[in-house]
Amino acid sequence: MRNLFFDTARWTLALAIVVVASRNPAVAQAIAADSLSQVIESNQPKMVKIYGAGGVRGLESYQSGFLISESGHVLTAWSYVLDTDYITAVLDDGRKFEAKLVGADPRLEVAVLKIEATELPFFDLATSVPAEGGSRVLAFSNLFGVATGDEPASVQHGIIAVKTRLDARRGTFETPYHGSVYVLDAMTNNPGAAGGALTNQHGELLAMLGKELRNAQNNIWLNYALPIDELRGSVDSILAGKFRPGEDKPAIKPDEAVDLASLGVVLVPDILERTPPFVDEVRANSPGQQAGIKPDDLIVFVGENLVHSCKGFREELARIERDLPLRLVLMRGQELIEAVIKPIASPSPEPNAGESKPAASIPDEKIEPESK
Amino acid sequence: MKCLLSVAWLVLYCSLSAFSQVDSQVLEAETARVAVVERASQAAVAIFANGGQGGGSGVVISPDGYALSNFHVTNEAGKAMKCGMADGKLYDAVIVGIDPTGDVALLKLLGREDFPHAEMADSDKVQVGDWCFAIGNPFLLATDFHPTVSYGVISGVRRYQYPAGTILEYTDCLQADAAINPGNSGGPMFDAQGRLIGINGRGSFEKRGRVNVGVGYAISINQIKNFLGHLKSGRVVDHATLGASVRSNENRRVVVEDILDESDAYRRGLRYGDEVTHFGGRPVTTVNGFKNVLGIFPKGWRVPLTFQHRGESSEVLVRLRGVHRETELAELLEGKPNVEPDKAPEPKPGEPRTPGRPSPKTPTAPHAKPAPMPEIVKQHFIEKPGYVNYYFNQLNRDRVLKALVARGDYSPLAGPWTILGETGMAEEVQFELSDQQASIKLPSGELKIELEGDLATRLEPPASGGLLVSLAMWRRFLIGGLTGFGDVTYWGTAPLEVIAAGPGSAGLEPNFSGARFALADVLVGTYRDIDCRFLFDPAEGHLLAMEMFPEEDNDPCELYFSDFQEFEGRIFPRRIEVRHADTVYQVIQCKQFKFAPAVEK
Repeated sequence: MRNLFFDTARWTLALAIVVVASRNPAVAQAIAADSLSQVIESNQPKMVKIYGAGGVRGLESYQSGFLISESGHVLTAWSYVLDTDYITAVLDDGRKFEAKLVGADPRLEVAVLKIEATELPFFDLATSVPAEGGSRVLAFSNLFGVATGDEPASVQHGIIAVKTRLDARRGTFETPYHGSVYVLDAMTNNPGAAGGALTNQHGELLAMLGKELRNAQNNIWLNYALPIDELRGSVDSILAGKFRPGEDKPAIKPDEAVDLASLGVVLVPDILERTPPFVDEVRANSPGQQAGIKPDDLIVFVGENLVHSCKGFREELARIERDLPLRLVLMRGQELIEAVIKPIASPSPEPNAGESKPAASIPDEKIEPESK
Repeated sequence: MKCLLSVAWLVLYCSLSAFSQVDSQVLEAETARVAVVERASQAAVAIFANGGQGGGSGVVISPDGYALSNFHVTNEAGKAMKCGMADGKLYDAVIVGIDPTGDVALLKLLGREDFPHAEMADSDKVQVGDWCFAIGNPFLLATDFHPTVSYGVISGVRRYQYPAGTILEYTDCLQADAAINPGNSGGPMFDAQGRLIGINGRGSFEKRGRVNVGVGYAISINQIKNFLGHLKSGRVVDHATLGASVRSNENRRVVVEDILDESDAYRRGLRYGDEVTHFGGRPVTTVNGFKNVLGIFPKGWRVPLTFQHRGESSEVLVRLRGVHRETELAELLEGKPNVEPDKAPEPKPGEPRTPGRPSPKTPTAPHAKPAPMPEIVKQHFIEKPGYVNYYFNQLNRDRVLKALVARGDYSPLAGPWTILGETGMAEEVQFELSDQQASIKLPSGELKIELEGDLATRLEPPASGGLLVSLAMWRRFLIGGLTGFGDVTYWGTAPLEVIAAGPGSAGLEPNFSGARFALADVLVGTYRDIDCRFLFDPAEGHLLAMEMFPEEDNDPCELYFSDFQEFEGRIFPRRIEVRHADTVYQVIQCKQFKFAPAVEK
């Protein structure tokens, strides 16, 4: 009994000390509003307005991004806006640059762009911080394309409602991203906001605003951001040379390259500047079919090389020897699927099936089904 | 051991209670915020239209009941409105003036002289990140008239929003993430101290339906201050154009891409290709920035403009033209909505729409048979073609004239006037002014005009723009006032370059962020096709300046009066500066006024 008393007293005292120590001395500071303007002012120059493909109804041709290096690397969301050779990045001071796609990771829906500039203010991904539910946050983005030229991005405030996994609601919010997200109580994820920055109230980077997500069943839109911890590895890989568009790399001509005909895959007509490489048909008993490729799949990677156009896919295949296994990453709906194609032994039986035709011709790679 | 246990429990209890106690600064901040919101809520107005089926919000800005709202709210409500306030009472209100382009309406609540009202802030000082709150009647929830409050931060300042398919253009507006929903339209946006910074009127609504998406726009209160005098004139107020359009060139400079020959900007030397560097006291770096400045000024204001022409910088005062034709504004009065502006609307990505308003394609529901106007509204409403409510034009015209007459009754001086003085070149000068003639006598010679026929052809002396006609009009206005001059109406307020400090300029409020300009009350009088503008010190009542326009799209002759002194019981200026086009034509020091008795006809 004495021991019990002793233990209880000891633990109670320890608990008391813990409670005293954990009391936050800076509560009052946390609500100081004056510093908000300064925090915002110091972060605005790191924000980038991005303009690219789109412009038809429901598909805005703009989104947000932020600088992650002094030399002009921009982190943004991987989206159709980047499906063009002419991506424009406008800095906070109104300077306009042509941006090049360095690379993208469609699994996380992130992309890195590069502009030719130096001595830029930036968010250092290495010093980003985590945050818990209940934290006050600021969201920086060019939602609705409100800002143009040297007008600063919009700023919203809110609270992290919870840090959770998106796939907890999988099937409701369709997205290839299955990692953790910060769910926000503010209306941050509007058209054009994807790629914006989420910071805490001290201005430290927490996360990147995600693309718009709507629950198809009840029409509820999710406001969320992708923690930098989730993205950092992927961004590092992109910066290290992975997940790059193949066209940036030197062409090594193989003795006998893979082509669409040898795979038995027909793409959609290549009519745009950058037609997304969607599969239109897969020939029966072809290597493509055996690897599980299906119509409507979107080709995302060939090996580790990012492809985002029919032309890019053809060029990528042209670098690959037929006698090597070929790994493709496909997006089917919102799922990423890997397809491995076994070495193709014999030459294509369809010498006339299209590799060298001009990209703009509509019938292009249409292969007639084998006659019965 | 029991002692140890009790000590431990005591420590735990104390620490837990300390943990549960909120920091006193937080509590103080909360108490202060509650008080600010409570005070600000008192000035909010719930406007009901169509027998309670529609409506919006508003805010009272003066103890005598002047209140602001959106045009698109009052347009539904008609001339007489019912307005609920936080005290639970329903007040009758009458429309005063409308600004359809800026989406602003001025109304007056009736029945009290001590309405709780909001203090107007300087919205140019609002910064991104400032806390703000919107008060209003979203979804028309306030059946007990107690308004709804939503809190947020300022997301952007000086935003430009294209006229999305309608006449409404939001320039230089504030963007906030405080929830703005249908019904908030016309309601106040306050800063953290509870001062009025804007009028909520628009949100970015798109695929998510007509609910808050965290992007609301408020018309800045500084813009409304510029229009307030005009709104009080009981008219349909028009916005301004420079008579020139601009674009950004490859060097990110804003250059003139088109200019009207008949515009004042052209007469002041602005040409195609010139770079606009400052406008209305602000640096211009983008086309949106230029449009922002343009949007905050009413038609007819003179605004400083700085531009580079062939490498040389010029600063001029440029008179702004109207955006709309008079007929377009008249159609608005007759209830034809959605008049397209002259320039084609360019919907920006996002196509923001206005809350609380039917989509542009929806025809406005025909007003149900209007209820009879309450007696108190009838007493404050006069219908007259071209006016929203002529009662308020009369009210302000009479106020200005009354203040002038308080400086002296000029009506007995109906005979010929002689003014003896000295020019800036120290030459003796003598003016003779009567109903029939006006003359100037200098050592070098004499000029005389007859005041009949087409006065626009008698603009003597040369290069003065019509000094003799102007002085004759001045005399005529002072003697005749409202009845003797011709048609005299209240135009609103306009910035006036303060020529000389001292008496006569004390009551003017600074404008364009500097002391050089101040707002003056303006009366417009027409005598035999000659339009004259008379500018008054709103506090002292002095006539500070007049402008005589012989023809439209022509430079007026401007007279600036200062150094006021008493002559025979009446106030007269000792100094008259005469300006025309870009030059000071003459400065006249008046030494003596002689008034001959009126000649009996």
